[in-house]
Amino acid sequence: MNLLRSALVPLLAVVLAIATGAIIIELSGLNALEAYKALYDGALADRKGIGRTLEKATPLVMGGLAVAFAFKAGLFNIGGQGQLVIGALFAGAVGYGVTGLPWIIHMPLALLVGAIGGALWGMIAGALKATRGAHEVITTIMLNFVALNITDWLTSKVWREPGIIVRTPAIEPSAEIPRWSELPTGFALSVAAAFACWYLLERTTFGFEIRSVGLNPEAARYAGISVSRIVILTMGISGMLAALGGAIETQGVVGRYEPGFNAGLGFNGITIALLGRTHPLGVIPAALLIGAMEAGGSMMQFKADVDPEITEIIEALMLLFVATPILVRWVLRRRDASEISVGAHWGDA
Amino acid sequence: MSFLTRYRWWIVTAAFFVAFTLFTAEFQQAQTTAVLAATLRQSTPLVLGALCGIMCERSGVINIGIEGQMLMSAFAGFIVASSTGDLLYGVAAGIACGMIMGAFLAFLSVTLQGDQIIAGTVLNIAAIGLTSFFFQQGRSLPTGKTSVMRFGALSDLPIVGRVFFTNRPLTYLTLLLVPVIWYALFRTTWGLRTRAVGEHPSAAETVGVSVVRIRYLNLILGGGLAGLGGAYLSLEAVGSFERLMTNGKGFVALAVMIFGRWNPVGAWGAALLFGYANAVQTQFQFRGWLADDPQFIGMMPFIVTIVVVAGFVGRARPPAAIGQPYSRE
Repeated sequence: MNLLRSALVPLLAVVLAIATGAIIIELSGLNALEAYKALYDGALADRKGIGRTLEKATPLVMGGLAVAFAFKAGLFNIGGQGQLVIGALFAGAVGYGVTGLPWIIHMPLALLVGAIGGALWGMIAGALKATRGAHEVITTIMLNFVALNITDWLTSKVWREPGIIVRTPAIEPSAEIPRWSELPTGFALSVAAAFACWYLLERTTFGFEIRSVGLNPEAARYAGISVSRIVILTMGISGMLAALGGAIETQGVVGRYEPGFNAGLGFNGITIALLGRTHPLGVIPAALLIGAMEAGGSMMQFKADVDPEITEIIEALMLLFVATPILVRWVLRRRDASEISVGAHWGDA
Repeated sequence: MSFLTRYRWWIVTAAFFVAFTLFTAEFQQAQTTAVLAATLRQSTPLVLGALCGIMCERSGVINIGIEGQMLMSAFAGFIVASSTGDLLYGVAAGIACGMIMGAFLAFLSVTLQGDQIIAGTVLNIAAIGLTSFFFQQGRSLPTGKTSVMRFGALSDLPIVGRVFFTNRPLTYLTLLLVPVIWYALFRTTWGLRTRAVGEHPSAAETVGVSVVRIRYLNLILGGGLAGLGGAYLSLEAVGSFERLMTNGKGFVALAVMIFGRWNPVGAWGAALLFGYANAVQTQFQFRGWLADDPQFIGMMPFIVTIVVVAGFVGRARPPAAIGQPYSRE
């Protein structure tokens, strides 16, 4: 019953967003039904489509987890994009640069190096907040731009494949995350990460400390919790999650690092985290939904001539309905105790 | 005198830049003038975004949707100007678009008392989606972008004339808005009420100031400023619309606002610093310095932002009631 109630708002939000999207498509003179049919065909109709959906959903689960995890400590990590490219590039570098290792060591090693890179990158924002009081919304966004420049430089100057195209060489087969008959196994990794996050937050002392800091930093400090330590570690874990998404993309889908891949994931992570009610497990269905829309986008353009950018509008609408009180207050006529709040921490040092 | 002690670091920094500029001007007047003129141009959208942030935050509402307001307004301004053929209509459309988005933000965060950061994020994502979906390649401005306004002999002065008196209309307007908003905020009834609402809304309400009305007013007017910033980008700086053309400027404007300590004049100074960083970056590219590694030049303004937010500002104090929805109870 409880589960049903907490799923009601997101479900209603999705339906409303899709309906509004249909109106926009019709208003621009195209056929909405045809468009959504093509979207479905591209994303879910056959094994190939489902594989594509899972592929797209994997970094989205990780990006959503990164945002949701930081939320628990009252932190707003908009740096998913930067952390992701760092993870993707480092995993790619280890994937091609280290040779002669068996799969059982090489594949996890590349993931690990990507994860550590992202964790350190995330910690920069955490440390700046803990020691200097610099707000993480600003620093993570700025670090996104810095990360894009750094990875561009590393790709074009240090780890570049000889040739015209700016990209790293293909990774060794021993670093690849395999497919299981069209289905990417990387998705299973992201689901495992979601469960690990849930366990860490809900069943361990460390998770309790994180949630305490998120609920009331002053009270947490009074209870003897080092708020600085929690802020730095939480941003580190958050960065690591986003980076793992990038590493899985490199090792499981692309097979190398190419600049400019997966742009906009930082914002997608926010949408997905909020759509999943910032619950680590709620992130999974949210990511599958957005992943399906991305997977079917090109089919929609091909068959119904609708720009795939319509999915971005639908995402914004979902966020509007699910994360703001519009739906809860106006449609359901009640106050929702689980409303999400991050703004109250804006001025905290 | 208190002014001097309070702003001593600002004065020292400004004096340093002036001295440095005069020194280099001895040798390379053309380049110095170019850098300074570019500084002013680059700072304009940041000033407008920061003024929007100041109006919102001084009344107690965080606005991280400035980026989205600017992007959407740049789009609206460009579409209207290119279809009517009149830049004035374009600018008006940009301002109106920013104001509508400001009103929407007020509706979400004041009336519905939702989370302000999330409301702003909705604006940002919606702006990216809408502008990307409705944008068509190949549109252009029949009149070209806004033209340079000269002030006779003033414009012929060395350095000063080129930097201050050969600009385009929205740049002048922005220079005018800074003191106007400073005066309004610190010397008028509206300003006093705004600051009271931002610091202690229930106290303001006790003496008869409507928190809801002040917040709506400020968010709508502030949105108009962000909208002007957007119109500046598409109609004055570039002369067309490009996908994601704001490129983080709305967020840099937030850093500028904090660096300027929620003060219009301070924010103007901060925006000039960022503008300077950008202008120097362009000079680097122009002269071919670091031409092999353009990425290091590209990241400069962002690193400056981080250093400034972390190093100089540290624990600047925002308005006390910021981020908290207000309910009369």
